[in-house]
Amino acid sequence: MAHRGTLPAAKLGATLLLCVAALAVVAVLSLRVGSIGISNADAFDALFHYNPASYEQTVVRTLRLPRTIIGLGVGAALAMAGAAMQATTRNPLAGPDLLGVNSGAAFGIVTAVYYGHLTHPLQFVWFAFAGGLAAAAATYAFGSAGPGGATPVKLALAGVVVSSLLSSWLTALLLLDQQTLEVVRFWLAGSLAGRDVTTFTSVLPFLLVGLIGMLAMANQLDILSMGEDTARSLGMHTGRVRAVVTALVVLLAGAAVAAAGPIGFLGLAVPHIVRLFTGPDYRWTLAYCLVVGPLLLLSADILGRVVARPGEVQVGIVTAVLGAPVLIALARQRRVAEL
Amino acid sequence: MMARSTSPSPETTPPSVRFVQLGGVAFRVNTRVLSMIGVALVVLVALGAWALTLGSFRLSLQAVIDALTGAHAGDARFIVRDLRLPRVLTASFVGAALAMSGAIFQGLVRNPLVSPDIIGVNAGASFAAVFWIVTGQPSPLLPLIAFAGAVTTTAAIYLLSWRGNIAGPRLILVGIGVNAILTALTTGLVVRANIYEASRALHWTTGSVYAATWGDVRVMVVVLAVLAPVGVGLMWALRVIQVGDTTARSVGLPLERTRLVLILVGCALSAAAVAVAGPIGFVALMVPHIARMIAGPMSGGVFIVTGVLGALLVLGADMVGQHALPVSVPVGVVTGAVGAPYFLFLLYRANTRV
Repeated sequence: MAHRGTLPAAKLGATLLLCVAALAVVAVLSLRVGSIGISNADAFDALFHYNPASYEQTVVRTLRLPRTIIGLGVGAALAMAGAAMQATTRNPLAGPDLLGVNSGAAFGIVTAVYYGHLTHPLQFVWFAFAGGLAAAAATYAFGSAGPGGATPVKLALAGVVVSSLLSSWLTALLLLDQQTLEVVRFWLAGSLAGRDVTTFTSVLPFLLVGLIGMLAMANQLDILSMGEDTARSLGMHTGRVRAVVTALVVLLAGAAVAAAGPIGFLGLAVPHIVRLFTGPDYRWTLAYCLVVGPLLLLSADILGRVVARPGEVQVGIVTAVLGAPVLIALARQRRVAEL
Repeated sequence: MMARSTSPSPETTPPSVRFVQLGGVAFRVNTRVLSMIGVALVVLVALGAWALTLGSFRLSLQAVIDALTGAHAGDARFIVRDLRLPRVLTASFVGAALAMSGAIFQGLVRNPLVSPDIIGVNAGASFAAVFWIVTGQPSPLLPLIAFAGAVTTTAAIYLLSWRGNIAGPRLILVGIGVNAILTALTTGLVVRANIYEASRALHWTTGSVYAATWGDVRVMVVVLAVLAPVGVGLMWALRVIQVGDTTARSVGLPLERTRLVLILVGCALSAAAVAVAGPIGFVALMVPHIARMIAGPMSGGVFIVTGVLGALLVLGADMVGQHALPVSVPVGVVTGAVGAPYFLFLLYRANTRV
């Protein structure tokens, strides 16, 4: 396949290293920037020689470090899940939420808050994860039922239908009960702030399985993205590969939404942005997503802390407002029809 | 296949297709689709009549007919003519407009996942309306603001997608980009608003027809009377566009002008419906699929089927939301709940192409 408008492998590797360096810089900034400025020394000490008596170091340990770690994990998970969905469905509109994971998670939480009277986001995590998994399972069941099995279009449509079914139920609950709306509307905006690191560590195993599994599937994804017929003629069990990839996407997206709430757009946009450098080769695309996803998410989070001092803008809002113009500009500049 | 073909080969046309000669022009008429339109319209009228009898003040069908013809003066006449009829008509017309808009956008960009809710048209309306609500501006202007939001957004999407031509994938990407920005800004407004305004904003963005007036009906009648025939007339062009740009040009279709007209029609249909009822979800995305699954590939006739099915869905959903549940909920909540199971059933059976 011609790598039109893309870089040769050596340059791709060098650029990837550059992105890793940028990610390291952004991660350090994420520890330092906020309503209280933190010096490099304090940030370093908080990580390696923690002194609980120091106010600055406590801030880093209890607030900045958790959201940085969560941002790293969630950004990578969403970007890779999005790339995988776009490859298996061959649809540029596909994102990690295509299987209904986000609305399932939101539904799980809202139901739990409405009937179980939960109030603290710490209690949300398992409801979110379970809701996301259940919604994805339902989508897959409906999308693969009937003659023909799970074709990408049927799967995508089933996902949209399950999502809209769940969100109409969710909206009904929110309209009936203002109290529930008050508790969950901040969660629904999607944010890295105020999330306890234990919510993240509890879903971390799933996230790691998803990330490693997806990287291991890179070759298969690359072939699958060339189309059903090509993949079959190369001897691939497309149904089986698609099922495995879908399961991995659900793990990634479910873990991400449970840890940070529904952060839209990142999973959709990052693969498009990345592909403009890497071309259609999914091995490079996934590697770049692993780095560029957290890079953009953390940058957006830092910006959200700075623009509305002393308040903050939720990262889900910033990613959309920042990422969308980039996507539009890229869509205008180059050929985006090729996936 | 082109609807304009003058010498169709009998082997390739389905048995239900007839050719009707009217003066010098031959029309291709699919009797199966035609009868489907008839059945759907009858069901719609019956459902509407039933809706007029329902409510806290129950009326017999005879009383409804009397009230409509003006045989009776008094309460029944007021309830039917001024309260229930506008709501029933608004629900039907809004549903038809949304579904037709969805059919146009899906055909235009050749992507089954596209609808005005996804490429930002409705998000523009929602952002404008929510901004209007949370800043405490006068509510009578709300529909106008929502309409302006939708139209401005469509214009922005069109201009941002224009690079000598309008390519489907570019339009989609630009559209979801614009949609993401506007949705995020709307969320930002809701998070910052006080809980009362946040709740009102949520109400509006869910979509409802409970306060429908004759003014709303009039707006929708005008919009549909002008745009639905244009849509029917453009369906053959839409089918040619779906075959591919090269083919469309080679048969002499003025491609970009046709696309612009289709976008304008689709946008205006959606914007009017959203201005009147709020962005009722699910209809624009799903009804065209349902219509295609039961009536075959998109054509002028199937476009009308799409409209009638959209009307049925929104009217039925509004009746369920108003009467069948312990508390009455806005129609936007129910369209998904009513339409989704049926759609999943069709998907299960799908041996037709979606």
